[in-house]
Amino acid sequence: MPTIPSPLPGTFYIRPDPGSGPFKNTGDAVAIGDTIGLVEVMKTFIEIKSEIAGTFASYSAEDSAPVTAGQDLAELGD
Amino acid sequence: MAINRLLIANRGEIAVRIIRAAKALGITTIQVFSEADKDMLAVRLADEAICIGAPHARDSYLNIDKVIAAAVKKSADAVHPGYGFLAESADFARAVIKVGMTFVGPSADTIQQMGDKVSARAIARAAGVPIVPGSVGRIDSVDDAARVAAEIGYPVMIKAAAGGGGRGIRIAQNEDDLRAMAPQAKAEAEAAFGDGGLYLERSIRAPRHIEVQIMGDGTDAVHFFERECSLQRRRQKVWEEAGATCLDEATRQHLCQTAVALAEAVQYCGAGTVEYLYDEASKDFYFIEMNTRIQVEHPVSEMTTGIDLVQEMLCIAGGQPLSVAQSDISKTGHAIEVRINAEDPHMQFMPFPGVVTGLIVPSGKGVRFDHFLYPGYAIPPFYDSLIGKLIVHGQDRQDAIARLVHALEALQIDGLKTTIPLHLALTRDPDVLAGNFHTQWLEPWLDAGNLTKGEVP
Repeated sequence: MPTIPSPLPGTFYIRPDPGSGPFKNTGDAVAIGDTIGLVEVMKTFIEIKSEIAGTFASYSAEDSAPVTAGQDLAELGD
Repeated sequence: MAINRLLIANRGEIAVRIIRAAKALGITTIQVFSEADKDMLAVRLADEAICIGAPHARDSYLNIDKVIAAAVKKSADAVHPGYGFLAESADFARAVIKVGMTFVGPSADTIQQMGDKVSARAIARAAGVPIVPGSVGRIDSVDDAARVAAEIGYPVMIKAAAGGGGRGIRIAQNEDDLRAMAPQAKAEAEAAFGDGGLYLERSIRAPRHIEVQIMGDGTDAVHFFERECSLQRRRQKVWEEAGATCLDEATRQHLCQTAVALAEAVQYCGAGTVEYLYDEASKDFYFIEMNTRIQVEHPVSEMTTGIDLVQEMLCIAGGQPLSVAQSDISKTGHAIEVRINAEDPHMQFMPFPGVVTGLIVPSGKGVRFDHFLYPGYAIPPFYDSLIGKLIVHGQDRQDAIARLVHALEALQIDGLKTTIPLHLALTRDPDVLAGNFHTQWLEPWLDAGNLTKGEVP
């Protein structure tokens, strides 16, 4: 399945803020340029945008978890 | 009671700096670290080290219970909070005292009084320190805000009472702005600080940021002259100088004396900085806030006065009186510090954590590099982007800038993007060379593409 990797190391968040729902849920359509999560790196929040289109399957990294550069953050289905 | 076992409740370059000062005084050092920081330089340099939790600061360096548990487990008798993290948490200072240890800094009550910007203004006013015209206390309603703003004159800044470090500030140009912004500011302050208290200040156009380094022993206080810190991006200082060449001697004396008066008014104990806005046209200065800790840019004051401020604060925390009287403190020459951040200045200052593959540090008379790097060190992505501070001392400002250029050209940090190109471009700018800038200068300069223009191809 196609995946969306993290461009940077940091802390991954699946929601825009603690009070909101996740950026994407299973079955949601994902267009190129859609934000699927945030990576906090050195106190800066970077929006993770999909470079591929598809249907959202699941997050591969946990919310608020440390991630490394290149680590998969989410999977898309067809 | 003299300190024997010091826990360093911080990380990065300031942890290294504190260890160096403590070792010079014969104090045993105990370094805390998160799971992401086990390889950091301070852990290698300290006599002992203890892991306090997961990488994210809320699970380690910002977690009072974990830091206190580590201090107890390691039988520390004192805790140095550094800057940032818990350095200005009155709750942390109280927790340290509660377990019978010394907090290297002022009392929890002083931290609290100065941390609340409304009460700090009131204390400054009572001590005879000029304050920015603004509300006397907290503003309770939008109508109150509009009435006060009409008195002090637009534009006005809406600030959070619990804020600081430039956070939570809005500028209203007129009453319509104010009525729209005040409720947002209140909601934001409640969310960010758990306290929706607001106050208003007149917005001073294009001021300089000038601050005074002070030190107190609970009875007496002295100053170590002023610093000029107007070159800022997103309200973060980028380049700092000691002293401020824009001041005439009478204004400098008055400014420094008000800082001492404020410190003595609160029986200040430890290192602190009183921050002011300076209006160059009218030569008026106004108190903005007092930071109750050692600051990032303290080395420039050390260079010009020859006094080790971190050692001094450790001695005072250990029960000694100030080692110097005001008449013993003199300054020579001019010092400049530039902050080296792991950021790409050509990509909107995008953070750039990574592995330091090579490191060449400039040395020589009047050059100092405070940092926590070594070849092979992987800078973790979880914390601030500050990786080092390059400090130079010259016989005057021009000489200091010349030394800075040489030091910046000699400094090599391979494997990362850093803000070295920004500083080199600044050293070539005519306004910077002439000392003509203010707090609103750097961002438009960057927006105008001067970073690339100033670079030698």
